[in-house]
Amino acid sequence: MREVDLVIIGGGSAGLSSALEAKKQGIESILILEKEDKLGGILNQCIHTGFGLIEFKEELSGPEFLDRFITKIKQEGIEYRVNTTVSDITKEKVVTYFNSEEGQVSVKAKAIIYSAGCYERSAGQIELGGPRLSGIITAGSAQKYLNIYGYLVGRKIVILGSGDIGLIMARRMTLEGAKVECVCEIMPYCNGLNRNVVQCLEDFNIPLYLSTTVKEVKGKDHVESVILVDVDGHQNQILGTEREIKCDTLLLSVGLIPYVGLLEKLDLEKDKRGQISVNQYNETSLKGLFLCGNCLHVHDIVDYVVQEARSSAVGATLYLKNEIQDEESSSVIYDSNISYVIPQKVLASLLSDITLKFRVRANIRDAYVCVYNNDKLLKREYHTGLIPSEMVMTTIKKEKVKPPINLSVRIETK
Amino acid sequence: MKCDVLVIGCGVIGASIARELSRYKVSTIVIEKNNDVGEGASGANSAIIHSGYDPKPHTLKQKFNVLGNPMFDQLCEEIDVPFKRIGSLTVASSKEEIKELKKSYKQGRSYKVPLTLVTQKKLSSYEENISSDVKLGMFAPTCGIIDPFNFVNHLIENAVDNGVILHLDEEVIKIDSLKSEFKVITNKDSYVAKVVINCAGIYSDKIAFMVEDISWSIEPRRGQYYVIDHLVSPFVNHTVFPAPSKVGKGILVSPTSAGDYIVGPSNEDATDKDDVTTNIDSGMAIKQKASQMINNIPFRDEVRVFSGIRAHSSTDDFIIEPSKSHPNFINCGGIESPGLSSSPAIAQYVVNELVSPLITLEKNPSFNPRIRPYVRVKDLTSEQVCELVKKDPHYGVMVCNCEKVTLGEILDLYKRSIPINSVKAIKRRLYLGMGKCQGGFCLPKVVKSLSEYLDKDLNEIVYDSPSSYIVKEKIKL
Repeated sequence: MREVDLVIIGGGSAGLSSALEAKKQGIESILILEKEDKLGGILNQCIHTGFGLIEFKEELSGPEFLDRFITKIKQEGIEYRVNTTVSDITKEKVVTYFNSEEGQVSVKAKAIIYSAGCYERSAGQIELGGPRLSGIITAGSAQKYLNIYGYLVGRKIVILGSGDIGLIMARRMTLEGAKVECVCEIMPYCNGLNRNVVQCLEDFNIPLYLSTTVKEVKGKDHVESVILVDVDGHQNQILGTEREIKCDTLLLSVGLIPYVGLLEKLDLEKDKRGQISVNQYNETSLKGLFLCGNCLHVHDIVDYVVQEARSSAVGATLYLKNEIQDEESSSVIYDSNISYVIPQKVLASLLSDITLKFRVRANIRDAYVCVYNNDKLLKREYHTGLIPSEMVMTTIKKEKVKPPINLSVRIETK
Repeated sequence: MKCDVLVIGCGVIGASIARELSRYKVSTIVIEKNNDVGEGASGANSAIIHSGYDPKPHTLKQKFNVLGNPMFDQLCEEIDVPFKRIGSLTVASSKEEIKELKKSYKQGRSYKVPLTLVTQKKLSSYEENISSDVKLGMFAPTCGIIDPFNFVNHLIENAVDNGVILHLDEEVIKIDSLKSEFKVITNKDSYVAKVVINCAGIYSDKIAFMVEDISWSIEPRRGQYYVIDHLVSPFVNHTVFPAPSKVGKGILVSPTSAGDYIVGPSNEDATDKDDVTTNIDSGMAIKQKASQMINNIPFRDEVRVFSGIRAHSSTDDFIIEPSKSHPNFINCGGIESPGLSSSPAIAQYVVNELVSPLITLEKNPSFNPRIRPYVRVKDLTSEQVCELVKKDPHYGVMVCNCEKVTLGEILDLYKRSIPINSVKAIKRRLYLGMGKCQGGFCLPKVVKSLSEYLDKDLNEIVYDSPSSYIVKEKIKL
């Protein structure tokens, strides 16, 4: 069986940037496996701009952003396979992949970076009343039909969920001549970035209805209308607030879910949300298996994905050079204002600074993000406002963290 | 067009009868109003082959369920359909339910259905997650799970391979009774048939009315289900039913032949015969009832909710008989649960007992009970995949990652005898798009493949019915 130092599963922005970083760190034997017919992942269909503000101090489109990484991958001569699906990963880190040139082949990886991205929550996973109709489609699928195939899925659109892809598609479809009737969001706050609310909805007079959901879809074979309904603070529908909106498409932007099905059988340690736990190198409980990008947690912008992917590559390099010695780790604790923190675990000795990434559960004004080690305050950072749709990142200098390490993150208000 | 037998409707009953007829030198035409087979209750049910203890004595439901159940092993082997006898566990909590369960046990034993009672202590060895409220269980080892879509698909494919003619997308609008024949008029053509078999499911009363006044009718009953993805750790091993009550067999929790889990159905009045709506209130009731039997059902991994319509007849039993005034018009109406389990026995009965007195049934010497086997790449070893891909590289192109379905498998469907007209037709044959992402990644690829095969523009490709377009219009060249 062929042996490879580092197998990277998923050739999107996370996979590509981790490959480049690993190469920079001196790893020579790298293999990227990508299921689609070209490298780049989902950004290939994101033809809007807004990518690379941190990375390149420029506002690029998805394909432009990718091009810079793919060019480097080729320059560096990093080996990759496209049209190649991974069908199995074992605890011994044997990766089995599948394509039309080689058939089904297994390689033995010393380390794996898993960067397979995420998928969209679909109609079946939300309680949507009404008959089975065509015309209910996820925003990302509609984006693919429009930007890759050149087809509008409909002309009168209602969008359920205020995720960023939904907002981007509201503008995109409007520009192609469709009428976007409204965006409704069951939560009392928007799930997308504020800049997208302004640039994609407000600039085009598309209403955003908060605390509103779709009660049911109507139609015979294809969607003909939807019934909107207001919800209370517990997301219960308020009777009597129903109103019907005629449309031919219900676009769903109701959440992204890490695509980790292949890892299920590895019995990796998970956090209380059921998501895979990692340490500060984004390494899972299976030593030598690292995650990064949207399959670890869903990111707001690709620049953060690139940063995270680099730290996974640094971790994989340390692992390959046998420099991670600790077995002991402690959990990162957080208060009830916070929905999750990445990493969930911290290894006992720090080789580098540690970046904590988290989201709050609801809007909080005038907040202090506080990081403690045991009960010692390490950092206190003021934010005018924290919102669930914007990931918070805070970096702690390694010199400041004295053992034993027991980090906690708390949100304090005045 | 002239034929010996015209079958109206290609659900599980129409397909089973068509295949049974193809054993003989009989010209058979099957007319189906949808653009694919198995579109009604046959494609939206619990996918259980019931052991047969439940139906009331002296009913056709009882007779054909008990006769049909043992026929599935050979039949599914012949037509290459996943089928597994995993056994059912019927459970009782309250005193009333225990009484009902003991009654079912006695009744089932009198039908010679293998059954054993399971005491509370032993229940956990059957189901680890059984609720502690459950006091008594009844195990029926012959209960099985089946792939309901491909059961119908493969039956009719085999029938067509053996000479039956299938017309999809064609609706019967009028039937004229001639001297000893019928003239069946559709929206596309007209046919003269010696024998007509009405297998129109939920619309069987409407078809029967075309030849005479009938005393029965079909009352649509809606059943809502949830599907939970196969990636969860297994939480139930058998089909678990509650003790039967007046409203039917109740909410079951079961593994499916595809490795997923199914929970349902509800039992509600449908507003009309096409009322496959789903709603949250029924959903909550289903989940609550299921949770009274099995603990910790992972509803967070739910991937789909759907409803099916039962063709409940006003007689409360199957109607399988020649029409009173026209002996060569055979009705198969009111085929609700256990219709799938009964279907092979119903087909044999209809052909051997009802058709054979009307026309001579001479053996078809070229009848082949087997269909060309289906390649399922996900079940192959690496060596087998390499060999296959060398012969046909399309089998190396993964289209659906969640369910592991390749382009080769899609292209193979196009070469078979049943026309593929919709995305759903592919989905139901290969289970593609039925996983976690529900087709988010693969359906655009399927739409593209189908548009190439049918030589149509992308905006002419439909999800299922002719007006269920997927993309509306082309925006650039």
